[in-house]
Amino acid sequence: MATPQRRTDIGPPHYEKFLHPIIKNNYGKWKYHEVLKPGVLVHIAEGGDKIYTVRAGSPRLMSSDFVRLLCDLAEKYCDGYLRFTSRNNVEFLLANKDNIEPLINDLSANGIPVGGTKNTISNIVHTQGWVHCHSAATDASGLVKSVMDELCDYFTGKIELPHKLRIAVACCLNMCGAVHCSDIAILGVHRRPPKINYERLSNLCEIPSIIASCPLAAIRPTIIDGKKSVEVDEDNCMYCGNCYTVCPAMPIANPLNDGVSIWVGGKVSNARTAPMFTKLAIPFLPNNPPRWPEAVAAVKNIVEVYAKGAKKYERVGEWINRIGWPKFFDLTGIEFTKYHIDDFKYAGKTYRTTTQMV
Amino acid sequence: MSDSKTPLLDELEKGKWPSFVKDLKKLAQRSPKAKDLLGQLELSYKDKMTHWKHGGIVGVKGYGGGVIGRFSDAGDQFPGAAHFHTVRVNQPSGWFYTSSALRELMDIWDKYGSGILNMHGSTGDLIFLGADTDNLEPLFTDLSNADWDLGGSGSDVRTPSCCLGPSRCEFACYDTLALTYDITMTYQDLLHRPFFPYKWKFKMAGCPNDCVASIARSDFSIIGIWRDNIRMDQEAIKEYAEAGLNIAADVVNKCPKNCIEWDGKALKIDDECCSKCMHCINVMPKALRPGEDKGACILIGAKAPIVEGAQLSSVLVPFMKLEPPYDELKSLIQRIWDFWDEFGKARERIGECIQRIGLGNFLEKIGLEPVPQMVLQPRDNPYIFYEEYFEEE
Repeated sequence: MATPQRRTDIGPPHYEKFLHPIIKNNYGKWKYHEVLKPGVLVHIAEGGDKIYTVRAGSPRLMSSDFVRLLCDLAEKYCDGYLRFTSRNNVEFLLANKDNIEPLINDLSANGIPVGGTKNTISNIVHTQGWVHCHSAATDASGLVKSVMDELCDYFTGKIELPHKLRIAVACCLNMCGAVHCSDIAILGVHRRPPKINYERLSNLCEIPSIIASCPLAAIRPTIIDGKKSVEVDEDNCMYCGNCYTVCPAMPIANPLNDGVSIWVGGKVSNARTAPMFTKLAIPFLPNNPPRWPEAVAAVKNIVEVYAKGAKKYERVGEWINRIGWPKFFDLTGIEFTKYHIDDFKYAGKTYRTTTQMV
Repeated sequence: MSDSKTPLLDELEKGKWPSFVKDLKKLAQRSPKAKDLLGQLELSYKDKMTHWKHGGIVGVKGYGGGVIGRFSDAGDQFPGAAHFHTVRVNQPSGWFYTSSALRELMDIWDKYGSGILNMHGSTGDLIFLGADTDNLEPLFTDLSNADWDLGGSGSDVRTPSCCLGPSRCEFACYDTLALTYDITMTYQDLLHRPFFPYKWKFKMAGCPNDCVASIARSDFSIIGIWRDNIRMDQEAIKEYAEAGLNIAADVVNKCPKNCIEWDGKALKIDDECCSKCMHCINVMPKALRPGEDKGACILIGAKAPIVEGAQLSSVLVPFMKLEPPYDELKSLIQRIWDFWDEFGKARERIGECIQRIGLGNFLEKIGLEPVPQMVLQPRDNPYIFYEEYFEEE
């Protein structure tokens, strides 16, 4: 059978094909923007042209029919022009201001909330979880759905925050989502060393690669039943799962012990303060599908304490830096434990070397 | 008692946020793969663990990346989920679409796969979830004939992504969409065929607000910035004040460099001291704008924790003009890749490699002069590897 015609290395289609005519005409000539209400923006060009944007929350995981629904709405209200944001929101680009309200009504009739701009909680960026990943310590889509059900009023702007708040979920330490720099992060964690399947290991894996994969050099070569294999110094394992990434015969998932941890105070923007990593707030909460009530309550608590205590334009990390970590643990009621004190590389840099406690 | 096969997942049909369960259950009525995916996910919710096996090498002919193998460990129970490969489709710059393009993509995906997808993946691709091995070639053929191509995976150039830049943002300091398209096309070979020690991510952000998290998530971060003075419109500043903005509290006092003065009539900025953090511009976009001498700051080395700990990108070139054909930028990229080829270890990101070799040594190897902008402070320990010394005559 002849191979059907196919083309390789053509790259993505040129973006210009997909730009709204108003955007094409005013490319690079935008003067300023206004937030008309939560989820609705207007951008005004040097020459006075305007483009309206309606931003709506989408589940990142969706069906082709959901995309077609978005297409129907785009065709009805904005000549078929739409885009997605870096936080998995969908944006409708409208030439006609009068279409904003009917579009919002149609969106809400389909259960799609509008918001995510300015001082709101925008959509949660997340990873695949149990839906599609082999190393996931938790699910992402269900966790995100549960958290956003609880925080939806912060997305739509019904409850306002001191500043924007960005939440991310990653289902293992690989952190395919940027949870290491989010205001609040939920991170799936394993808590037991890998279980070695010796028979599969000798057929599947390169032993030097497994040994090199361990950041703590806790994996050593050994001989099992006359075959070259590896052993794990379990006291030295910090459950990162990197050996499992390298070798499928070292699974690390453990339903009894896997769960989530909660992190706070990261940001990527350079506004006011430099970008910051998230820091540990809660070392472990159980995996409790389908609703993860413990994780949802923990996130909600942090959001509420932040909303009450932060000053205008303070991100979570900036708020904590002002009030100090002791106060953060005090106000949130979160217990400070041995696990909160770093013991990886450069740990000493995080010890307090001043008498100033705030 | 309910006869539902997914009682745990059904709980997620409730609530204010759009429900992926409701959406996928509807899809499952016509897609057996979606039905079995839900069945397997229900099992994961019950067992509290994943039911995906580790990897498996599948792909399309001539490509080393773009498809990620995914096999179920519960394929007997859920045959539709037995093969459930990921296909990464390279998104257009800025994630702009027309409905007709999306409809065409969805028709192709329904023809060959589960109908489940992500808009979008963490790196930026449009992600199809759930293709059988035998369908990969025909799917790719149809995609390529509709002008779409695959993105990166594995140890290659990952699909570059960018903020929407000058297309709809007044803050953009360079054309992020044009550069992303150019870089994507220039390195097609390296994007589709993994030649590197490990993955390499490019992210283009138009200004220091960094809406694509370039500084946290990309090995090579290109973040727009300006060198001259913030442009001011004093009339518009007054309008903000009259509309109720507390300029003293919300702008002046929030300036991290204390370089703004406001006497109730006019705003003064000492641009010499300005760190170009964007706060004042973010608060008053109608009145304040980045300067006119624009370009980008080039940073290197961001990554998530695995293996040696998370890193943010650090400054490599404080300011570079970015105009096509981007020769200066591409020469820098090539010199870094040459270095990485020689010194990189398998599964070591460039940021970790630089930590191991030392930033000073790295700069020497790629032919860049050290400048104080690259560090927060000079070293505070005296352990210097002196390379110059006198020999006795």
